[in-house]
Amino acid sequence: MKRHLLSIADLDRTDVEALLELADSFSEVTQRDIPKVPALRGKVVVSLFYEDSTRTRISFETAAKRLSTDVMNFSVGGASVSKGESLLDTVRTIEAMGIDAIVVRHQSAGAPHRIAQWVDASVINAGDGCHEHPTQGLLDVYTLRRYRGNDLSGLRVAIVGDIKYSRVARSDVLALGLLGADVRLVAPPTLLPESLEGWPVTTTTDLDAALDDVDVVMLLRIQRERQRDAVFPSLREYTSRYGLTVERAARLKPDVLVMHPGPMNRGIEIAAEVADSPASVITEQVSNGVAVRMAVLYHLLAGGVGTAGGDQR
Amino acid sequence: MNDIVIRGGRVVDVTGERTADVRIAGCEIVEVGPDLPVDGARELDAGGCVVAPGLVDIQVHLREPGREEAETIETGSRAAALGGFTAVQAMPNTVPPLDDAAVVRSVLDRARTALCGVVVAGCITKGRAGRELAPMGELYDVGVRVFTDDGDCVGDSRVMQRAFEYASALEGAVIAQHAEDPALVHGGHMHEGEWSSRLGIPGRPAEAESIVVARDLDLVRRTGCRYHVLHISTAGAVGLVRAAKAEGLAVTAEATPQHFTLTDAECASFDPVFKMNPPLRGTADVDAVRSGLVDGTIDAIASDHAPHAPETKEQPFEEAPPGMLGLETSLAVALTELVHPGVCSLTHALGALSWRPAAIARIDGHGGPVEAGARAHLCVIDPTCVWEVDPDRLASRSKNTPWTGRKLTGRVRHTMFDGEPVVVDGEAQR
Amino acid sequence: MSTEHAPHGAPEPTHAAASRGGRFVFRASVFDAEALRRAFTRIAHEIVERNHGAHDVVLVGLYTRGVEIARRIAAAVERVESVTVPVGALDVAFFRDDIGLRQVAPLGATDVPVDVTGRVVVLVDDVLFTGRTVRAALDALGELGRPAAVQLAVLVDRGHRELPIRADYVGKNLPTKVAEDVRVRLVETDDDTDGVEIWGPPAAGPADGPSVDGDQGS
Repeated sequence: MKRHLLSIADLDRTDVEALLELADSFSEVTQRDIPKVPALRGKVVVSLFYEDSTRTRISFETAAKRLSTDVMNFSVGGASVSKGESLLDTVRTIEAMGIDAIVVRHQSAGAPHRIAQWVDASVINAGDGCHEHPTQGLLDVYTLRRYRGNDLSGLRVAIVGDIKYSRVARSDVLALGLLGADVRLVAPPTLLPESLEGWPVTTTTDLDAALDDVDVVMLLRIQRERQRDAVFPSLREYTSRYGLTVERAARLKPDVLVMHPGPMNRGIEIAAEVADSPASVITEQVSNGVAVRMAVLYHLLAGGVGTAGGDQR
Repeated sequence: MNDIVIRGGRVVDVTGERTADVRIAGCEIVEVGPDLPVDGARELDAGGCVVAPGLVDIQVHLREPGREEAETIETGSRAAALGGFTAVQAMPNTVPPLDDAAVVRSVLDRARTALCGVVVAGCITKGRAGRELAPMGELYDVGVRVFTDDGDCVGDSRVMQRAFEYASALEGAVIAQHAEDPALVHGGHMHEGEWSSRLGIPGRPAEAESIVVARDLDLVRRTGCRYHVLHISTAGAVGLVRAAKAEGLAVTAEATPQHFTLTDAECASFDPVFKMNPPLRGTADVDAVRSGLVDGTIDAIASDHAPHAPETKEQPFEEAPPGMLGLETSLAVALTELVHPGVCSLTHALGALSWRPAAIARIDGHGGPVEAGARAHLCVIDPTCVWEVDPDRLASRSKNTPWTGRKLTGRVRHTMFDGEPVVVDGEAQR
Repeated sequence: MSTEHAPHGAPEPTHAAASRGGRFVFRASVFDAEALRRAFTRIAHEIVERNHGAHDVVLVGLYTRGVEIARRIAAAVERVESVTVPVGALDVAFFRDDIGLRQVAPLGATDVPVDVTGRVVVLVDDVLFTGRTVRAALDALGELGRPAAVQLAVLVDRGHRELPIRADYVGKNLPTKVAEDVRVRLVETDDDTDGVEIWGPPAAGPADGPSVDGDQGS
């Protein structure tokens, strides 16, 4: 298939479904007593995280280790990323050590795309600025499939919160769109993107109206710092108008699913009781993350998912 | 020294078109007419070519002093000559900035040996900080006529008002604005619109340009100062300038070739070669800039040649500095995008590239009619030559051209600067 | 269809040659449906005899056809011993030694419903050829637990081993040429009557016998 996973925008429906099917196999592996296969033995995966994110980095490293790859970790705040060295020099130095894949998280949109121009290794985008977080998008739709079956067409999904600055939202919208879901975005006007031209979504600033017949509610983390940019007046107002409070949750359909990419601001975009309720699949999202990332790594480093790869005898 | 005869070409200038040869002795054109005798003169072949006044680029960043790793006066002037330019106006966002007569004099001094004429624009404010006025009178005395804080916009309306008032006392002075309201574009790296939303890159809205132009025009109306809009890029601002001209205000405007050709869709590759301020915009804005050039609302084409050392552009999009090269491709893009498809005539395009910018910046001796007695600043253009842009083969010290790999139609064959053939058969002579 | 991993030094796998438009010719029938049924029954008897009953036995089929064969053998054991033998399915993709040499994708979900530790696992596959699949299966099995013993049951042993692997229960020993193709069909997996046949490249010279295009289905 492809050499890199940079954006869901580069994938079509077949690509996404193939990766999700592969994730099923790895899900089974992760549930075993010894959740490890030798499939990528000898390969080297580097995690290069310019933005602090223990949870995503650990998820990728766990996925890599379960495939028996060797993992190196270059992270800001850790030993190795020196502030003075350019990104170009950093990745070239890393590549010179002999690596097969770089998992990159960076504060600037398009950084993984630049890196892909500079190195021969496979590049996996673990989040670039406000642009995309492809593996999060994949694990979110994977989680939905585990609950709702492989056909998500027409599934009513509301994504609520800071859409404008959210790479998770962009990846989710693309992945859900490819699988035929009916996506509605809910946010105050200052947190909706300037232009929704070409987005396969409807939008509204009225959360209560959006929740009427929804099957899935995905909450996005609100960043408190945005208050200083005059984007919303206060957390209290944000919560009262856009938070999934206990009252709002009570009006949802009984089999609704509640999701959040984490980390949560309990009590703000999501009430603590709602986060812990049976409707919440937030912890499954995390465990599915490992299986999905295993699928991505396997796909890029094992020579691709083929048709009838040929039985050995 | 031998005379030079440019033979076999078609002379095109502000007075019209005619088949004619041009004879040059020393720094001067001595004769223009059909089938001139050669007798002993050096002959430059202009068969199939257009012979025009040397082009004039009034927005060029020569980076000297302070950022010589990106470009120098010498390398920039070589790029200019290869692009057919015999005069350029150097922008003052150097290090230190050109807000002081001594620094200006040193730039003009270093430019004595350049391959083209160099005039200097001075700062509006000290240090380009947007607060206190730069010594415009002193700068005027060393030849500065255009004042700009280019790179930055003067955001404070009170400072802008004072600048217009002060400059209106200097005969022929022009205040030129990089129109992007600082608060609205803060943190933005590309045009705010469909593509910035899709790519998750913070945007610079079109309103940032039109708000500043509207404000400046109100101040121009009040003070009577001459005003020039740098690198105009939005339909809104073009409309404001059109109305202001109809009203009779002393307003001029320029556009870069990229702003009438490329859109923000180019940024989808995240390649910072497509990053500049003001940013590449959407189709509607590009169309408006084109229309503005054709109907004369926009007087001049200026490249905003902005070299950046290669390693600075090998960074993530949001971290790379904004700016694109332009001197060696400006003419070719204008021919390819405007003249050959019939969007405007050759004469109109040459006017935008030569005599109109010369008039705006008050650059004497350039852009004028090709006639006996004029200084010999000329460019000989082969309008049908097809060539592909290769960043490694440009004379600029930098490589950040957005036209890499494009086939352009039209190329400079010879350039005469003050009677000296600085470019012959497409090769710089020094 | 059995697709073979070609032995070292041999030409490309026959399925690849076929899918390039090579035309394979029917050569011989190895089992018809009736003969297959008898073979399953015989193997079931042998398993019971060798293990002194079926109480600690688990049959684990290797995808794709090994799974169905394991079920058939389990059914035969049940008829013989009135004991229900658990049947599992094992996918060995991630343990193969040719990942990176070719595209390797899982063929099904590994699902072994009992703990294999302490039990006798009988791996079941349709064709034993180079032995590499069984080697991968042993590694995969090792991740699920520690069997008391592992035995191997195959429908056809066609020779050309590249690893020191041998089968305990064999439907038929079948010497073959490397270029030939042993094709197994089962009602459940191939939507066709049961049968095992040998197909091979056409003989040199004018075509003899019926020639069929190389599409071997899947």
